[in-house]
Amino acid sequence: MALVMIFISGVVFALGLGVSGMTQPEKVTSFLNIAGNWDPSLALVMLGATVTYLIGHILILRRPAPALAKTFTLPSRRDIDRPLVIGSALFGVGWGLVGFCPGPALVALVTGYESVIIFVLAMGVGMYAFEVLDLRFAKEPDGGAGLIVKS
Amino acid sequence: MTEFTPVSALVGGFLLGAAALSLLFFNGRVAGISGIFGGFLGFKRGDTLWRSVFIAGLLVGGAMLTAFYPDALQFEMKHSASTVMLAGLLVGIGSRMGSGCTSGHGICGIGRVSPRSLVAVATFMATGIAAAVAVDLIFGGRI
Repeated sequence: MALVMIFISGVVFALGLGVSGMTQPEKVTSFLNIAGNWDPSLALVMLGATVTYLIGHILILRRPAPALAKTFTLPSRRDIDRPLVIGSALFGVGWGLVGFCPGPALVALVTGYESVIIFVLAMGVGMYAFEVLDLRFAKEPDGGAGLIVKS
Repeated sequence: MTEFTPVSALVGGFLLGAAALSLLFFNGRVAGISGIFGGFLGFKRGDTLWRSVFIAGLLVGGAMLTAFYPDALQFEMKHSASTVMLAGLLVGIGSRMGSGCTSGHGICGIGRVSPRSLVAVATFMATGIAAAVAVDLIFGGRI
């Protein structure tokens, strides 16, 4: 049952990306390219998503535990460190170059486009390379976000 | 050049928030795609199944878009294969080093008002804008 809900969350997430226009890389670069013919759509995507999440997560975290799991697994760190800033900066450059971030790129795999496949393969290599170099697999399950178990 | 689409942007944004909330409500997890996919690539025992199920959901969602809303996946990548490869590498390394991407930091992190996520989003927005503007102004939109 828990897996069914994870699957449905993934499906709805992909539909959200598609409906919002995020699966069209040009839509993303038209938002980021403020010097061109600016398309502010992505700002409204973020607004709709964050306000929904902000309200919903407050209500959900009042519960002692998730409906189908024993505990909440949430990032707990609040410190601003160098990897956070440098990593985000590198991520932004890649994102702005072609207009793809991980979610939309994975969803767009269904097009079978060569460039999407190249992007996802390179992304996977990048993620894997970082993990291997950083040896984080051994330490933290979610990329060093710092996990706390809320009980 | 794309058109401003406020209604579909808000509706799509709401769906993204709802999907992330459902993962939190039922499974207690943060919907960070780079974290889920990166962790999947780690193939840690007992931690891979739920990640692959979520990724399968993304792909099935993509197939549904192709069937019912094909415009969503109607696009052209004008960039050279080497640019796409470089961008993919940067997105992969950067999202793991920075502990998240547009979903984990952008949706869930901002939604939780996490200081780390606010810094991450401000940073990748700034460098994303710089990259997109540079591609347009210096390279004429195609590199």
